[in-house]
Amino acid sequence: MSDKRLSRIAAKPRPRALVFTALGDGTRLALVAKLCGGEPRSISQLTEGSKLTRQAITKHLRVLERAGFVRCVHAGRESRFQFNPEPIEGMKEYLDFVSAQWDQALARLKSFVEE
Amino acid sequence: MSNVIEKRIELKAPVSRVWRALTDYREFGEWFRVKLDGPFVAGRVSRGQITYPGYEHIQWEAVVQTIEPERLFSFTWHPYALNPKIDYSKETPTLVEFRLEESKIGTLLLLTESGFDKIPGDRRLEAFRMNDGGWTEQMKNIEKHVGQTP
Repeated sequence: MSDKRLSRIAAKPRPRALVFTALGDGTRLALVAKLCGGEPRSISQLTEGSKLTRQAITKHLRVLERAGFVRCVHAGRESRFQFNPEPIEGMKEYLDFVSAQWDQALARLKSFVEE
Repeated sequence: MSNVIEKRIELKAPVSRVWRALTDYREFGEWFRVKLDGPFVAGRVSRGQITYPGYEHIQWEAVVQTIEPERLFSFTWHPYALNPKIDYSKETPTLVEFRLEESKIGTLLLLTESGFDKIPGDRRLEAFRMNDGGWTEQMKNIEKHVGQTP
């Protein structure tokens, strides 16, 4: 991983910090799936077809909002939620980082057993 | 998107040799760069000191889960738990699994690390941030070492 990438990862710690927990829930994953088309949707639209109440859906949306997955945009009196792809890119970077550490450790293992 | 890290690597060495490199605590320490206090025992905590120059003050800690001879070795840990002020023991650890299979050239090693979705945010990132400059430097050194040792 390049120095530039690492400093970019370190520069914006907070939103990324919540990413893993935010996606560790089926309802929230379903909400992300509904929103990732890019079209902002209202809470009513997002509650449609779900067994959950508006309040429950709103709570999940707030978790996603804190993690940076969705943004709340106001259209007149109504709040709409819009998808924001940035944290997913951040999570991918983090996993890439851990993954790179394993590549290095396994390369050391390889030279160790093949000596 | 996947929350699991998966690696496959072919090793030109018999399964028994790779198994020893993974599960003998002294041999594990050689390539992983950690001085472990004692042998791996299923269900027990394994502790040690990182031996990488500049990181000798860092404790290594994992809980050995499964030792299934020449097939599966696994442990749970907190990857990059580098801040001595943080009590990582309250966090859900990730699971690391090494699986071995006999292959044409020797051994196929499958590594998975899973459970990243259960890691709470703020602390993890703090540990990660501490790594920043250090790991970049370390990775350069490792690359050099691997390049010199065929």
